[in-house]
Amino acid sequence: MRRGTREYALWSILILVVLVFALIPIVWIASLSLKTPESVTDGRFIPAHWTFDNYKVLFQGGFDNSPFIHPLINSIAIGLIATTIAIVLAAFAAYAIARLNFPGKAVILGGALALAIFPAISVIGPLFDMWRSIGLYDTYLGLIIPYLTFSLPLAIYVLVAFYREIPWDLEQAAQVDGATPLQAFTKVILPLAAPGTFTAAILVFIFCWNDFLFAITLTSSNNARTVPAALAFFTGESQFTAPTGNIAAAAIIVTVPIIIFVLFFQRRIVAGLTSGAVKG
Amino acid sequence: MAEIVLDKVTKRYPDGFEAVRDMDLDINDGEFMILVGPSGSGKSTALRMIAGLEDISGGEVRIGEQVVNQMAPKDRDIAMVFQNYALYPHMTVRDNMAFPLKLAGDPKEEIDSKVQEAAKILDLTQHLDRKPANLSGGQRQRVAMGRAIVRNPKAFLMDEPLSNLDAKLRVQMRTEVSRIQARLGTTTVYVTHDQTEAMTLGDRVAVMRGGTLQQVGAPAELYDHPVNLFVAGFIGSPSMNFMPATLDGDNAHLPMVDVHLTGEAHERAAAAQPGQSVVAGIRPESFEDASLVSGDVRDRGATFKTTIDLVESLGAEKYAYFQIEESAVESEELRELAEDAGTAEVPGATEGQVVARLEAASRVDRGTEAELWLDSSKLHFFDLESGRNLAAS
Repeated sequence: MRRGTREYALWSILILVVLVFALIPIVWIASLSLKTPESVTDGRFIPAHWTFDNYKVLFQGGFDNSPFIHPLINSIAIGLIATTIAIVLAAFAAYAIARLNFPGKAVILGGALALAIFPAISVIGPLFDMWRSIGLYDTYLGLIIPYLTFSLPLAIYVLVAFYREIPWDLEQAAQVDGATPLQAFTKVILPLAAPGTFTAAILVFIFCWNDFLFAITLTSSNNARTVPAALAFFTGESQFTAPTGNIAAAAIIVTVPIIIFVLFFQRRIVAGLTSGAVKG
Repeated sequence: MAEIVLDKVTKRYPDGFEAVRDMDLDINDGEFMILVGPSGSGKSTALRMIAGLEDISGGEVRIGEQVVNQMAPKDRDIAMVFQNYALYPHMTVRDNMAFPLKLAGDPKEEIDSKVQEAAKILDLTQHLDRKPANLSGGQRQRVAMGRAIVRNPKAFLMDEPLSNLDAKLRVQMRTEVSRIQARLGTTTVYVTHDQTEAMTLGDRVAVMRGGTLQQVGAPAELYDHPVNLFVAGFIGSPSMNFMPATLDGDNAHLPMVDVHLTGEAHERAAAAQPGQSVVAGIRPESFEDASLVSGDVRDRGATFKTTIDLVESLGAEKYAYFQIEESAVESEELRELAEDAGTAEVPGATEGQVVARLEAASRVDRGTEAELWLDSSKLHFFDLESGRNLAAS
């Protein structure tokens, strides 16, 4: 056996192990979502009786009574709004940090980092009280604000790293070519930082999408409750049956938008977009 | 098109370092002006102040009679070619060149025709729809040029535009740049550290050192009448030979020979005190193989015998190296030049070594004794202390 083939085989096995390890829980959830309530605990990997009831139940009762449709819409809306705001703010902040020298720059970066590692659980109590007294409790805005707080630092850090990679000469060239600073930013820097922007957007969206802590604490109804929180309120067919199958089905459904989101933007996340700009 | 005037322009950084000091320079309308100097001489900073990419700490920059100190780069109507080209990688060649026109809000047909015309001048027509990443270095350089010329600006500013090209392409592009500038007749300021580029391209050349302007003049003037040791050593390749000398009336006592000064050299030495110690500067081509110099020409110079250390034959000419007895000239300016050229790191590279440019027919050989002739009218003399040319003071 040639050395190359042997190595190839070894790597293949290793990758396969990692893949299986990562995918088994997902496949297991998918399998659970297809089982009948009675067979959920049978421990079989492949369901004995296939059923789509678990999925149907989620959408039963139409828009008003379904336990799932409202939260799904909330999740998508809150995720998209928070992501958009975070990216716009982060783009300007990161640009200033990467390009300008201003007093307090270190403080801002340090503060952002401190925020990012701040334990969310410690602010949840005060937030709950505050939101109730100023009327933000159980609203979109009530969730979007804390999401921005915790996702902005992340977005800023990602974008600063990307902006620093863009040669400053490009911007100066744009200015000499007759662009205002804003035009130089939007026509030259932003298109070049697109991969970074999409990376940051995906990270922020996933953060909002996955959050359970804020969603469960700061919402009380379908007004603003997102899917992770709604899952906890699923009920079984009777008081004594666990809604395992329904939760599994909902979990599968909420994974789909993330996969679409990532696949959609993945094409734009291509390395080497700035190649050819400058020699060197 | 416009003239550019620098009036006592100074660039001082917050830490107090002065990159450019009291620079006065008049660049005439349509002139090709070269700013040349070693790295750190402030030439790029001066250019960037004209472009508006650096704030001006003192003095005034005027473009076409208008003071532009407080003007944003976009309002100065100048085009710049950057050392690393700074092409927009996400745009095609066409869009790169059209970018300044689009920003100016020109009508689409006009943009198209201007881009086509510029592409034709630069031979880029078949590459218009390609991205910069897919172009060669020379092509990228031409796109950068194209982006500058489409606009027909008041002035071109070029910051070492050829230094990233390999040697052969650089020579080609050098003539190209010269041709385009002559054709468009646009005022051009061109920064380079390469004295060959400076000599071949410019209408006039401004030599800078440590933030101050040393001398401004036509290439030939800088070559024939350098005002100080620095300009003398910087302009010309191989560079001028320097050696200690004593002036006594019409005679110069050089380490290898006593020369009876004639012609220009005689006038240059006129200001010297009798017996004054000076630095003598001799261009390599002022030497010749004595056997190739005929009778009456021979009388206008001095001959001496020396041992040749090394001969470099370039085909059309030969460089012969020999040593002089006395130690090399100590001078701040020369030390700086050597540092910039990197020769300071080569042990003994400049220590009393003299290079002579001889005709190819010369039979001198390494390790043998040869008789060389020195043109007694071509010597330069510099003050030992200030480094200034005696003739200029």
